[in-house]
Amino acid sequence: MIYLQYAANGIILGGLYACIAVGFSLTWGVLNIINILHGAFIVLGCYITYFAHQLFGIHPFVSLPLAGLMVGILGYATQAGIINRVVGQSVLVTLTLTFGLDLIFNNALILGFTANYRQVVLANPLGTVEVAGIFIPLDRALAMVLALLLTFGLYIVLQMSRLGRAIVAVRFDREAASLMGVNVMRTYAITFAIGAFMAGAAGSLLSVVFPIAPITGHLFLSKAFVICVLGGIGSVPGAAIGGIALGLLESFSASIVGPELALTVAFVVLIALLAVRPQGIMGREDMH
Amino acid sequence: MSAALLELDRVGRTFGGVRAVHDVSLKIQEGEIVGLIGPNGAGKTTLINAITGVPPPTSRRLRYRGTAIGHKKPNHIAALGLARTFQVVQPFPDMTVLENVMAGSLFAGGSASMADARDAAREQLEFTGLAPLADRPASKLTLANRKRLELAKSLAMRPKLLLLDEVNAGLNSAEVNQALELIGKIRARGITILIIEHLLKVVLTLCPRIVVLHHGELIADDAANDVVRDPKVIEAYLGSKFAERYGARHG
Amino acid sequence: MRRNFLILLIGLIVLAPVPFLTDTYVLRLGTTALMYVSLSLAWNMIGGFAGYPSFGMAAFFGLGAYASGILQVNGFAGPVGWIGAGLVGLAFALALGAVVLRLRGHAFAIATLVVAEVLKEITNAWNSLTGGGMGLNMPYQKMDPIAGARIYFYAMLACATISLAATILVAGSKLGFALRTIKQNEDAASMVGVNTTTAKVIAFALSGALGALVGGVYTSWINFIEPADVYDPLFSIKPIVMVLLGGSGTVFGPVLGAAAFLLLDEIVWRNFLETHTGILGLVIVLLILFLPKGLGSLSWPRLLQRSAR
Repeated sequence: MIYLQYAANGIILGGLYACIAVGFSLTWGVLNIINILHGAFIVLGCYITYFAHQLFGIHPFVSLPLAGLMVGILGYATQAGIINRVVGQSVLVTLTLTFGLDLIFNNALILGFTANYRQVVLANPLGTVEVAGIFIPLDRALAMVLALLLTFGLYIVLQMSRLGRAIVAVRFDREAASLMGVNVMRTYAITFAIGAFMAGAAGSLLSVVFPIAPITGHLFLSKAFVICVLGGIGSVPGAAIGGIALGLLESFSASIVGPELALTVAFVVLIALLAVRPQGIMGREDMH
Repeated sequence: MSAALLELDRVGRTFGGVRAVHDVSLKIQEGEIVGLIGPNGAGKTTLINAITGVPPPTSRRLRYRGTAIGHKKPNHIAALGLARTFQVVQPFPDMTVLENVMAGSLFAGGSASMADARDAAREQLEFTGLAPLADRPASKLTLANRKRLELAKSLAMRPKLLLLDEVNAGLNSAEVNQALELIGKIRARGITILIIEHLLKVVLTLCPRIVVLHHGELIADDAANDVVRDPKVIEAYLGSKFAERYGARHG
Repeated sequence: MRRNFLILLIGLIVLAPVPFLTDTYVLRLGTTALMYVSLSLAWNMIGGFAGYPSFGMAAFFGLGAYASGILQVNGFAGPVGWIGAGLVGLAFALALGAVVLRLRGHAFAIATLVVAEVLKEITNAWNSLTGGGMGLNMPYQKMDPIAGARIYFYAMLACATISLAATILVAGSKLGFALRTIKQNEDAASMVGVNTTTAKVIAFALSGALGALVGGVYTSWINFIEPADVYDPLFSIKPIVMVLLGGSGTVFGPVLGAAAFLLLDEIVWRNFLETHTGILGLVIVLLILFLPKGLGSLSWPRLLQRSAR
C-alpha cells in the first residue's frame, strides 16, 4: 500500500516537473539554445505569486496568469533584445551568454527580494483526503492538475494555432520558413516568451509546494535538463512523460536514500542510461 | 582461392526500419579497381559508410584481409589501411592544407613523430600537386582542390584499399581529366580502389569491373561492358519504358 | 615548444621574488590570479583544444577542495591533500568523461553543468564525512600570516606552472593535434584514424585533475570550505570567460585572459560589493555580444575605421 502512496506523491510531483521542463525543452528544441535563465524565471514567478499573496492576499492559482505573463514579457524582451543576436552561434557562445544573463537576474532577485527562501502558506488550505488508503494533499494535487492543464494547453497551441505552425516550421527549417514569410526572429522571441511564461507559471504553482530562493534556480534547471533527456528535446508530450518519470523516480528513491539525494539519483540513472546506449539518448543532437 | 582484400557477406544497413542497403555480398581482390554505380538514392554512400564504420552496418559480416571489421570503430578500420574520401568534402577547415594531410599520416599512416608526419604529408602534397598551397587554410581552397585534399589526406594514411566517393562531382571537364590522371597514378602505386562515380564515361575508362546498386540491393556485378548492356541496369537507370525500347532496338 | 618553455621559465624568474617584495594584499591578489590562470588552462584542455564546451570546472574544483580538506582533517599534511585531490579529480574525470563525452554540443555542456549541482547535493548530504552544509574547518596551524601568504602564493604558482607545462606539452604533441582535429570535425577525425574517445577522455581527465589540484590548494589557503562556496557555478563560468577573452585553444591565451579579466574584476569588486555578480554577468554579456573572438580580435585599424564611418 505504501507503494501506491509513493506513486501518488510521484505523479503529483511529476506533473509540476512537466510544467518546469516543457518551456525549457521548447526553447532548446526550437531555438537550439539552452536557457540557463530558466531557473531564474521559475524563481521570479514564485516571488511574484508570493508577494501578490503576502501583500494583497491573492491566491497563488489566481495570480498565476499574472506571474506567467510578467515573466513571459521579460522573456520576450530578453530574446528580442539580446539573445537573438547570437542565435545560430556555437554552444559555448549562446550558453555563456545566457549564463551571464542569469548572473544579472540572480543578482537583481537578491537585491530586490533578498536571498531568503519563500513559500506561500495558504490561509485556508484545502487539506488532505484519503482515497483507498492513499493520502492526497488537495492543494498540491490541484497545483499538479493546473500544471498538466498548462502543459496540455501549450501542446494544443503548438498543434492547432497559426503561431504553433510557425514555430514548428522554424524549428525544422529556418531558411524555408523564412522564405514562406515567417518572421524568424520574432518567432524565436515568441517561443522564448512562451518558455518563460511556462517557467513563471510553474514558479507560481511551486510556491505552494516548495520553499524557493534564488539559489534554487539551478536545481530546477538541472531537473529540467534531466527531464528533457528522459523525454526527448522539444517535445511537449516528452516533457510531460519525462516529468512524471522523474517525479516517480524521486518519490521512490526518497524512501530508499532519502529526499536530499533526489538529483543525484536522477543523474546516476541518466548516466547509466547513457552508458548502455553509447550513441547517446539524444541521437537527434547530432543532426544540428 | 586466395582471400579477397575486402569481403562483404550479406551486409545491410537500416535507418529506423527503412532498408537503405540490403544483403549486399561482394568481394574485392587486391589490385583491383572496381566501379560502384547506381541511381541517386541507391545506397552507394551508405554502403561505403557501413564499410568504414560511420555509422556501422546493421548486419556486420565484413572482412578486410581476412579480419572481421564489422564491429570495429572507424579509427581502427582506418588504421588497418582502409581509407575513404567523402562526397561532401570533410576537411579540418581552420587547419592548413599541410596539417590536414599530416593528420592522415600521423594517426593512420604509421608516422612515428610529428616531424615524420610532416615529411610524409609533404610527399603526398607533391604527389597530388597541392604543394604550393601547403600553408593555406583548408577552408580557402576551391572545390577541385578540396577534392584533391581529400585524396592527399587519404593517401597519407598509406591505404591498401581506397574508397572514393564521387571525387569528380561538381568539377568541370578539365578538372575531371586532372582527377582521372591522379587516380591513374594512385593505381600505379598498387592501391586497390572502389570508386563511386556518377559519370559513366569515367567509370568505363577506369574500371574493368562494375557493381550496380539499386534500391539498396546489388543488381549486377560483372565486367564493365556487360554491365552497361544488362537490361536490369538500364531499367534501374532509365526506367522500364526506355529499357523496353532500348531492348527492342538492340535485342 | 622550446620557445614556450623559455617564456614559462622567464615568467617564473620574474614571479619568484614577488612574495618578498610586496604586502599580503598584493600577495592575495597574486594568489587569486595564479589560481584562475591554472583553472583557465585546465578548462582550455577540453574546452579550447578539443572544443567540448564543458561547464563542469566547479565540479572538479569543489571535489578537489573536499578531497584535500577531508585528507587534512584526518591528519594528512597539506601537500598530501593536494596530491590526493589531483588524483581524485583524475579518477572522477576519467569515469565521468567515458560517459558524458559521448554527448555533443548542448547536451554535453549542460550535463557537465549538472555535475557540480549533484556533487554539492552529495556533499551536503554526507554529513559524517564532509561536515555537510556546516562546512569543513582545516586543522589550526600556527603560522605567521605573511609566511602563510607566501607559501600559498608559491603553491598556486606551482599549480599554474604544472598547468602551463602540461598545456605546452599537449599543444606540441600528437594528442594536441588529435584534439584540434576533433574540434574541427570529429567524424572526419575518426576517419583519418584518430581514436577520438581516448583523446577526449585524456583531455577531460587532465582538465579535471588540474581543476581538482587547484581546489585542493584552495582549501589549505582559505582554511574553511563549504559546499555553496566551492561548488559555486562561478568557478565554471569564470575560466570559460577568461579563455574566451584571451584566445581559446592557444597556449598563452588563457593566461592573458585570466590576467585581463582579474584586472577588470578587481576594479569592479572594489566599487560594487552588492552588485558584483550582476556586473560580472553584464561584462560577460557585453563580451559575448561585442568581442566574441576575444581580445585578439581587437584590431585597432578596424576599430578606427568603424568609428570614422
